[in-house]
Amino acid sequence: MNYHHIIAQLPYSKPFLFVDTLQSVSADGVEGSFTFSRELGFYQGHFKGNPVTPGVLLTECCAQIGLVCLGIHLLAKADLSQLQIGLSSSEMEFLLPVYPGETVTVRSEKLYFRFHKLKCKVRLYNAEGALACKGVLSGMFKTREDVT
Amino acid sequence: MTEAARYQKLKEIVTIYLPEDVAVDMITEESHFINELNINSANLVDIVLDVEDAFDILLENEDMDQMQTVKDALAIIDTKLTKTS
Repeated sequence: MNYHHIIAQLPYSKPFLFVDTLQSVSADGVEGSFTFSRELGFYQGHFKGNPVTPGVLLTECCAQIGLVCLGIHLLAKADLSQLQIGLSSSEMEFLLPVYPGETVTVRSEKLYFRFHKLKCKVRLYNAEGALACKGVLSGMFKTREDVT
Repeated sequence: MTEAARYQKLKEIVTIYLPEDVAVDMITEESHFINELNINSANLVDIVLDVEDAFDILLENEDMDQMQTVKDALAIIDTKLTKTS
């Protein structure tokens, strides 16, 4: 399964889409990956002459794969045409730098999804499979039925 | 557990999620969680989950929708506790 239907429903596009592929998706968690292309514009400024992927973007990558893709899967039966999402909390630790051109893998484990709030434990591994960052993220998911 | 004890327990939970600009003494039975105590919807979920653990009850989506004020929460807790005992 390629889970293309989940990626197609993501409310992001370039240059702010940080999901390439999903390897596995279940009610309990998700695994996906993204390649931080050398061409991405922010490397020119972070840092000057020493490109390193910003922690906020590693967090964003974890949130898009770990929270949003999982949330869309969990809401499969709902009408997502007017899905509203928001990151509500993040507590991350950064252990290793991620350099331009690296493909990272995010593994997310659902802690709970209740009352529209999804909370997950996320881990991001670098190209060598070493843990580069980890943490706990949560976000709110409002579907059309909830808003009306 | 007495009504006063339940209120005290709920107040302790709510206090954890109060934004920095809201003082603990702002919490009254009439306080509206979102409009008066400035608690956002994500933290309101945390309050509900903590309430479930603290009182050993299970809340449904309808309960969450009805839980607008501290008083509403106390009424819901009361109903659930009566059902389970």
